[in-house]
Amino acid sequence: MTATWTLLTLLVIAAASFPLGRARALACAGGDSCALHSLPRHYGWASVLLTLGPALVLFVLLEMTAPATPAGSLAVVACALVALAWALRRMHPGFRARQTVERGVLALLMLAACVAIATTAGIVLSMLFETQNFFAQYGWREFFLSATWAPRFQGDSDLGILPLLWGTLYISLIALVLAVPVGLFAAIYMAEYAGQRFRAIVKPGIEVLAGIPTIVYGLFALITVGPLLRDYFAQPLGLGSSGSSVMTAGLVMGIMLIPFVSSLSDDIIAQVPQSLRDGSLGLGATRSETIRQVVVPAALPGIVGAVLLAASRAIGETMIVVLGAGAAAKLNLNPFEAMTTITVKIVSQLTGDGDFAAPETLVAFALGLTLFAITLCLNVLALAIVRKYREQYE
Amino acid sequence: MEDTLTEAPGTAADTTKITVRGLQVYYAGTHAVRDVDVDIPAKAVTALIGPSGCGKSTFLRCLNRMNDTIPDARVTGEICIDGEEIHDARVDPVQLRAKVGMVFQKPNPFPKSIRDNVAYGPKIHGLTRTRAELNEVVEKSLRRAALWDEVKDRLDAPGTGLSGGQQQRLCIARAIATAPEILLMDEPCSALDPIATAQIEELIDELRNRFAVVIVTHSMQQAARVSQRTAFFHLGRMVEYGDTGELFTNPADPRTESYITGRIG
Amino acid sequence: MSDQAARPISLLKRSGHTARRHAAEARFRTCGLGAILIGLLALAMLLASVLGSGLGAFRQTYIHLPIHLDEAALDKSGNRDPKALKKVTTISYGKVIAASLNDTVLQAGIATQGLTKDDIAGIISREAPAQVRDMVLSDTDLIGKTIQVRLLANGRIDGYLKGRITAATAARDSNVSPAQLQLADVMMERGLMSLDFNAAFLTAPDASDQRPEAAGLGVAILGSAYMMLIVLALALPIGVAASIYLEEFAPKNGLTDLIEVNISNLAAVPSIVFGILGLAIFINFAGLPHSAPVVGGLVLTLMTLPTIIIATRASLKAVPPSIRQAAQGLGASRMQAVFHHVLPLAAPGILTGAILGLAQALGETAPLLLIGMVAFVREYPGAPPEGLFDPASALPVQIYNWTQRADPAFVERASGAIIVLLAFLLFMNAGAILLRRRFERRW
Repeated sequence: MTATWTLLTLLVIAAASFPLGRARALACAGGDSCALHSLPRHYGWASVLLTLGPALVLFVLLEMTAPATPAGSLAVVACALVALAWALRRMHPGFRARQTVERGVLALLMLAACVAIATTAGIVLSMLFETQNFFAQYGWREFFLSATWAPRFQGDSDLGILPLLWGTLYISLIALVLAVPVGLFAAIYMAEYAGQRFRAIVKPGIEVLAGIPTIVYGLFALITVGPLLRDYFAQPLGLGSSGSSVMTAGLVMGIMLIPFVSSLSDDIIAQVPQSLRDGSLGLGATRSETIRQVVVPAALPGIVGAVLLAASRAIGETMIVVLGAGAAAKLNLNPFEAMTTITVKIVSQLTGDGDFAAPETLVAFALGLTLFAITLCLNVLALAIVRKYREQYE
Repeated sequence: MEDTLTEAPGTAADTTKITVRGLQVYYAGTHAVRDVDVDIPAKAVTALIGPSGCGKSTFLRCLNRMNDTIPDARVTGEICIDGEEIHDARVDPVQLRAKVGMVFQKPNPFPKSIRDNVAYGPKIHGLTRTRAELNEVVEKSLRRAALWDEVKDRLDAPGTGLSGGQQQRLCIARAIATAPEILLMDEPCSALDPIATAQIEELIDELRNRFAVVIVTHSMQQAARVSQRTAFFHLGRMVEYGDTGELFTNPADPRTESYITGRIG
Repeated sequence: MSDQAARPISLLKRSGHTARRHAAEARFRTCGLGAILIGLLALAMLLASVLGSGLGAFRQTYIHLPIHLDEAALDKSGNRDPKALKKVTTISYGKVIAASLNDTVLQAGIATQGLTKDDIAGIISREAPAQVRDMVLSDTDLIGKTIQVRLLANGRIDGYLKGRITAATAARDSNVSPAQLQLADVMMERGLMSLDFNAAFLTAPDASDQRPEAAGLGVAILGSAYMMLIVLALALPIGVAASIYLEEFAPKNGLTDLIEVNISNLAAVPSIVFGILGLAIFINFAGLPHSAPVVGGLVLTLMTLPTIIIATRASLKAVPPSIRQAAQGLGASRMQAVFHHVLPLAAPGILTGAILGLAQALGETAPLLLIGMVAFVREYPGAPPEGLFDPASALPVQIYNWTQRADPAFVERASGAIIVLLAFLLFMNAGAILLRRRFERRW
């Protein structure tokens, strides 16, 4: 609570420094605001910045080394008061207050932009740290190369990633096999054939699919698609009797990805210059010949990028597989069997009441890091391809 | 339509290839081309000139029904090629465009190899049976487009890697590979430098031995250099049509005179 | 191939080859239309499935009953001492309710062959005693009187009236018997039981496994609202500040490139990774509490930032440079040009992006599971700011939570909660679209 009080005190001092700084500058100019270098309010803001800046830096430093001691709080407040006095001394008409304020604001803006870097660093460092702890207790060879996943409460677990990786890739594959052709064809129809009115009605419909949270798809898999596949395909064909299966999760995930693929492809197809279409149509090609032999080949790099992004989404998707794929770690080819994925196991290992230092819990961080690495590679590759494609037609 | 043949005012060529009567084009509310009647001769170059937005490009795009691809364009009137009305329900625009090739303002080679660019038309129209025949068509078309010597060693290089002038000649080769009888050219040199322009103009002069060429151009000098007949368009109407030499030296209409002397446009 | 020029072909004759090409064209076109139909069909199925199984959650079976609050059972001393009254458990109230119900059924002359007194009392929810106890504790004068109350019916009875349970399934169910279902039918006829709008679904807290009929979304909605508050308060200013820096001030250097790469990559990082980040940094390292909206809000802020930054940058980019040049030409500094002219012009686009980012955050589930939001929480969190540190649930997590329960009545609840969630999202997206329509400027 000392921290909150310290911050509140700082806020009060800062609020007081605004009128003080402005008044001081005006007084020095003999009350004539035109004689000042900057506007009066700039002097106010400049004194706020000059007061608060050093005190906040000191506060953060103290918090990081020795959190919340009364002595520290006193030091911070004292620092703010000294800074205020020093700032007021500087407030004379020739002081370039606007430049000072703008430099301060620019620093704040830059700090905000650096949050993105801090987030990535936070992700990587936190996972690296815990993964290191995990590998101190469990061999990395077994983790990456073992084909069994069988965590036990009493320890001595088998924690091989291969069955999870297999489940992840199998489900993603099914999802992409559904989503890529359907999404691509939908985008092509929308961009090349649909009339204005058709597009105005149907496009939002497809986009609605993109705005639906994944938990909704998960429930859809659980209560509708799973039982449907089990009763009409898996059981009559003798392929299994489980509602949750690779096929269930894959199909539902495919539905989720359709609008993702189609809106990305739509953007990309729209970038293919009209002159190429004209050239082909002018030679007497039909529309579909133009699309298949000119537009799609021209857009191919972009489409590949979109597919990679979709694959990355599929691999990292959690709720659909938690509710639709099952929990059994298996290396199996039957798509009507329940299998599990990396994300499912991250959830199950971290939501239990397990001991946080045990390898059974820590393995989740190793899984997370693996997942992050895979999706990072896909994303960077995809973004690079898409960017290069854009530049080609700009 | 056969009787129109006799009406042909041809001096530069003996037969009429295209007959246009009462052509109107409407684009989303604007009346882009009004009441155009014209007879375009075979085996000659016909130039369409006029200020920007005068409807000359729109008119050109009517001749191979490219305006069909624009959702809110509407075309009325008669256009006959060899006496056959091209808006007839039995006419397939796809076949029409094989017979009436088109070259665009900006060189637009497909992102494929040079060979595939030229082979594209013959392939989709099924004009050849064997690979050898196809190669023969590719070579012949590239030769006619005066590009063969420059690219014969790199037929598998991408067409987009050529220079601007070469790209435009590749587009011409691509257009003549489908064995058209008419070639439409929409300001084919506007994106090119003077040397490339000169090469294309020379090529156009060659092409008129085999095709009826209709060229839209912004440059009166170009029209004077390459064409035998010239039509002057202004505000959607065809103001004057006649022998190129006649039109430039002795225009009948005061608007034509204003244009060629640089007072309008 | 023969000589090209010497092939006079009539345009009026259509070749077989062209006919085949047109057939291929038609097939291709049908494929495109088919793809769109698949997408729309999937959407329709999804909505039908959710609405079909979820609408029931908004209606609930209630039993209307006069209850005699027997002083002997509820307040032995008779002096209405609040402390003593608080010690009376729900078991005593259960007995009072059971007795009243049996009396009512007897007086109404309803045949009860094959039903014991406990069986009859069993059609009332286990939540009912607590309901009555709360009433008595808030008004001790009620003791000794007979009051008319509306009590929740048991989840199975509710399921029967909604068609989820039939006499056949009840025969195999240890929690309900066909005779009880018949009793429910008769009580419906006599007006002792009814299906009414279920307002408690939106306001009540979650309930335990045995009481699906009492489970509500109150805590989850409040928790989600708290998190959205945090996301809005943090992500919008930080996102806008970052975008202004990148779009207007950032020099072309290594740091800027690094930030750019980071943002575009973070936008595509799986959401569960943000959950791991929250668990490791905010909970294990910074020591913030489990299940607290503040942690959820921070995690969702980090997740939403890239979305808001991308939207904001797009709308800043859409403001033409001539505006900046005009302001700077009058002697404004770059900073003044941006804050006085560019930012107000870009505001509608920024707000739209922020709403869409919030909508995305509202539906996100996976990261919240990892930071403990999945815990069973019955207490409402307090008022902010302290309440942000109290345990709470969140809408999507509550849905997940209910899907993991054994009783199928919770599936109805989960679907109902999805309807609520989708309604919120629809509202937000419609707001964003309206905003865009109203203020969109084309340069």
